[in-house]
Amino acid sequence: MGKSLFDKVWDAHVVKTIEDGPSVLYIDRHLIHEVTSPQAFDGLKKRGAGVFRPAQTIATADHNVPTMDQHLPIKEALSRLQVEALVNNCAAHGITLYGLGHPYQGIVHVIGPELGITQPGMTIVCGDSHTSTHGAFGTIAFGIGTSEVEMVFASQCVLQSKPRLMRINIEGALQPGVLSKDIILYIIARLSASGATGYFIEYAGSTIKGLSMEARMTICNMSIEMGARGGMIAPDDVTFAYLKGRPCTPAGAAWDEAVEEWRQLYSDADAVFDKEVDIDASVITPMITYGTNPGMGMGINEHIPANGAGDANFTKAIQYMGLTAGAAIRGHKVDYVFIGSCTNSRIEDLRLVADFVKGRQKAAHVEVWIVPGSKQVEQQAIAEGIDKIFTAAGFHLRQPGCSACLGMNEDKIPAGKYCVSTSNRNFEGRQGAGARTLLASPLTAAAAAITGYLTDARELLN
Amino acid sequence: MQAFTILQSRFVPLSIENIDTDQIIPARFLKATTREGFGENLFRDWRYLDDDAAKPRPDFVLNQPQYSGQILVAGKNFGCGSSREHAAWSLADYGFRVVVSSFFADIFTNNALNNGVLPVTVPDGFLQKLFSLDSEATLTADLNLQTISIDATGEAVSFEINSYKKTCLLNGYDDISFLLSCKDDIEAFEKKSFRVIEQNSRPLEFDSEYNLIGNHQHKKNNSKKFTSIY
Repeated sequence: MGKSLFDKVWDAHVVKTIEDGPSVLYIDRHLIHEVTSPQAFDGLKKRGAGVFRPAQTIATADHNVPTMDQHLPIKEALSRLQVEALVNNCAAHGITLYGLGHPYQGIVHVIGPELGITQPGMTIVCGDSHTSTHGAFGTIAFGIGTSEVEMVFASQCVLQSKPRLMRINIEGALQPGVLSKDIILYIIARLSASGATGYFIEYAGSTIKGLSMEARMTICNMSIEMGARGGMIAPDDVTFAYLKGRPCTPAGAAWDEAVEEWRQLYSDADAVFDKEVDIDASVITPMITYGTNPGMGMGINEHIPANGAGDANFTKAIQYMGLTAGAAIRGHKVDYVFIGSCTNSRIEDLRLVADFVKGRQKAAHVEVWIVPGSKQVEQQAIAEGIDKIFTAAGFHLRQPGCSACLGMNEDKIPAGKYCVSTSNRNFEGRQGAGARTLLASPLTAAAAAITGYLTDARELLN
Repeated sequence: MQAFTILQSRFVPLSIENIDTDQIIPARFLKATTREGFGENLFRDWRYLDDDAAKPRPDFVLNQPQYSGQILVAGKNFGCGSSREHAAWSLADYGFRVVVSSFFADIFTNNALNNGVLPVTVPDGFLQKLFSLDSEATLTADLNLQTISIDATGEAVSFEINSYKKTCLLNGYDDISFLLSCKDDIEAFEKKSFRVIEQNSRPLEFDSEYNLIGNHQHKKNNSKKFTSIY
């Protein structure tokens, strides 16, 4: 029997397997940030243990940083302490930190790929569920808890049971104005917020092959939103072209050897999956969520489902959102637009939004935040003049960080307000207590910013 | 880690599905650098009308004195979303030792087990039966037998747990101690599998002024001959 892409990478990283238990899985790269690491460093200290392989750990500050005036001390005392703890812990253990102020700082899942830290065939973990993003490069990448962060510090390994495998085959041409974010929101709506729990996903098919690396990252990023351990895509020439010349990728003869190895990373024709799902990309339209989990999504021109069965969970979600079962969602007034997060804050996202809004003005009643995923994305946007387009449109280009994705730092959406967000979660209070999140693509978000209402962006395309 | 063997207790019913870890502990309460004290913010936005802790929501179960105990019974897909272990810490700190649901998210399951909190997966029918019991009812979770039962009727269902994790929990062992005991195997694995790519992909080092001080690409590659590991 042939091997799947997942099997090839998994088998190459199993140190040993406990009988009727998990495997000891070797981790090539460990990414850390300020929120889920301090207790792990603390635990290590209590054990009298050190960091086993500090050169394989890379740190940044992203979740709890302000996105304005980053040169000033962080105002909020607890946030400042947490960021300072990361600086001290990295210094004490010899871990490379691309922290606040560093030209490489940014959202952990943005900087890994852009620096070439993320490479095909690796195992990558981080104390953050959106670590699945890195799977776009053919890596096994998944989020872990803080006890597991401590395990990786202590041993460069985690204990993992082998997940079941699901392949999602996506075929067909995308309609104009439909982005990879729409593909993944469509898949999650089909499979539900728990439909892939226990599985690791491989995304395959001609539609995936036709996407850029940044678009592929958006898809893998949201694998966790249907419960999957992670999602991955076989590396190809698009992958290698993206990685070549990045700061941490091999160069010269070592690059050629690396590519030779990476070319073996695909699922064999006779590989077997526990579940296969087929998706026709040509029927996907711009998506929007209407509820309080990412599975509650639909085409922007569709109506919110009726609640004929009187489902209490559905009622709770719709009440929280202040929406009406059975009603249209298009035309609903919007208060905030947030374009950012590890899902959609890369240079392609910013370019696409800039191209769309050039010569246009935001609606007067909408507050628009554009938060680049990293310092490098921010600098690139400035170099291309994208910052001026945003300013002219009345958008606020902020500094890199997780920002309004998670209601932790200073960037929060006020209670009761509607925010069209390019992030990944629409949970109750995710963007701030009482905030109402509508997940969408950067294009749908930009269209809402211009009109002030939920809009089918395709009608505004030239 | 605190060991778990058997627990008889009343339970708190929370019949909501897809309870994500942002509900269990909202992100704005993740700023601590220790593991203690998260219980006071457990289900914060469902428990309190606002950030003023003096105003509990009377309709939320944790604020209803008839419900108590060390077992939480919740709707399916409990613990989905963020990987924050703070969710498990807040449940443990509040006093829960067992969470019963018909379905758990993967990362939460690991986080709970790593903190001595036992996730018990039961059939949906049994879960609905638990929700229909009155507040005086008690349950018994027995890790040795891998069963959870309704004490008044004796009705029991069994639950799954892998034998490694079961042993850990019964004895209070943690995974880190186990992994530290595997160091020889791990080092042998590294010698066998460490790849050219690894040696040429180290993070770049900067000085305090952000000037690049280390760049592997300019170092001579004297690593062993390339052999594929796939």
